[in-house]
Amino acid sequence: MGFFGGVSALAQGFATTFQYAFRKKPTVQYPNIKKQHAPRFHGLHELRRYADGKERCIGCELCSIACPANAITVIGAENAPDDRRSPGERFAARYEIDELRCIFCGLCEEACPTDAIVLTPRFEMADYRRGSFIYSKDRLLVPPEAGVGVAPDERPGGIPADLGSVIEQKSTVDIATGYSATHRGEILKTQRKGLAG
Amino acid sequence: MTLDQVPWWLVVLVKAAIVLFVVLTTFAYSMLFERKIMAWMQLRPGPNRVGPWGLMQPAADAAKMLFKEDLTPSSADPLIYKLAPFISLICAMGAFAVIPFSESSAGIWGVADVNAGILVIFALTSIGVYGISLAGWSSGSKFPLLGSVRSTAQMISYELAMTMSVIGVLILAGTTSLAGIVHAQYKMWYILPQIGGFIIYIITAVAETNRAPFDLVEAETELVGGFHTEYSGLRFGLFFIAEYLNMITVSCIATLLFLGGWNAPFGLTFVPGIVWFVLKAGAFIFMYIWLRTTLPRLRYDRLMNFGWKVLLPLATLNLMVTAAIVAITG
Repeated sequence: MGFFGGVSALAQGFATTFQYAFRKKPTVQYPNIKKQHAPRFHGLHELRRYADGKERCIGCELCSIACPANAITVIGAENAPDDRRSPGERFAARYEIDELRCIFCGLCEEACPTDAIVLTPRFEMADYRRGSFIYSKDRLLVPPEAGVGVAPDERPGGIPADLGSVIEQKSTVDIATGYSATHRGEILKTQRKGLAG
Repeated sequence: MTLDQVPWWLVVLVKAAIVLFVVLTTFAYSMLFERKIMAWMQLRPGPNRVGPWGLMQPAADAAKMLFKEDLTPSSADPLIYKLAPFISLICAMGAFAVIPFSESSAGIWGVADVNAGILVIFALTSIGVYGISLAGWSSGSKFPLLGSVRSTAQMISYELAMTMSVIGVLILAGTTSLAGIVHAQYKMWYILPQIGGFIIYIITAVAETNRAPFDLVEAETELVGGFHTEYSGLRFGLFFIAEYLNMITVSCIATLLFLGGWNAPFGLTFVPGIVWFVLKAGAFIFMYIWLRTTLPRLRYDRLMNFGWKVLLPLATLNLMVTAAIVAITG
């Protein structure tokens, strides 16, 4: 590369940086605009209910056994005949997930025979104390009136509004094609549909 | 009391205060400007959290600097360590005392109209290097020492070529007064007859102010922070201010020496001279930022090679040709 080659290379470099200054920035202004996650995003857990308001969890502890991070503690108890919490014999008297241990792998979801524990797309769990990352039933169990019997991403309104507005998705994964092709996702979906109701 | 009865020192004081205020505001916003432009060129939005469009960012930065702990390493030489940032800053600020920003019928817009203005500026910026060198020496730490050794070598190498490139202009103008040089460019800016000198000047000016791609003195990828590795809080801030003020100074000098200062181009004299001055100097500052985003840092031996074997001979050649032409044509 001679003198003119060097100068033209320099000019090319300057032209490139100058053009980039006017390009559209890919930055998402996060706290103001939240990008919608893929429907199968593994976020915060949720304990679901049946349509009649009964808890799905039967306290079998399979999730706790499946958990590779030992993050789940379940203590089951017999249902009282006059105050049935779940349709089965037992229910979860205590159900705790340490979200700091959790690796959000979703094995609990797969292990659950009644599809009670599911991962929602919620991811904003930051807090100031370690203790507040241990989620017990009071925070995990969905309220009786919210999204009963349907996994969060299959609810009629789509992803809940508190998870942010949907913004234009460019150069990121196409949610529809990218994820329906996932084998595991497909299986989960059919299983869920079979169990729901 | 008329203006003539105002004591001279009060006039100088008020002028200095105004210039200092304007210059420091310019520093604050040239920093924001740099961060914005750099961010855009790197496909980022840049600072945008403090105030609309990030316009309060300089104030937030200043507040942060003020409240940070002022550390002195136990191995440092405390007196020189504490003095060094002030040497840098005072020299950087001092240069603005002799820079004329514009002109009206009342006289030159500047603190002082010195008849050897360009020499005063070169003297001050040369002393400013002591700030960097002493900071590195007195920090009592390896990386700052390397940075300061580099700064000394770099300054000596590039100051020669820089001065040589400027002498061409001085020969053409026949004066060392900055206002005189601007007046001499009334018909033709010196960028045309002195294009070689101009190119050498802007290259050496980047090296003189330790800006990328010649920021070997800081070189955060090699030397942590270079000469200011050990500095924190306000003292680091002073070095930061000094660096930007030096950048503004060399932009102003380039404007005055080569781009006709406050002379309007194409006879557009209805726009005030100060606007032209600011536009021209601003273009230089933009060029600095553009340079920083585009070019990677030079290797140290190449920097030295470039300075001594390319720039200095070229500057000497430019000076000799200019001198010969002026001598022949009278």
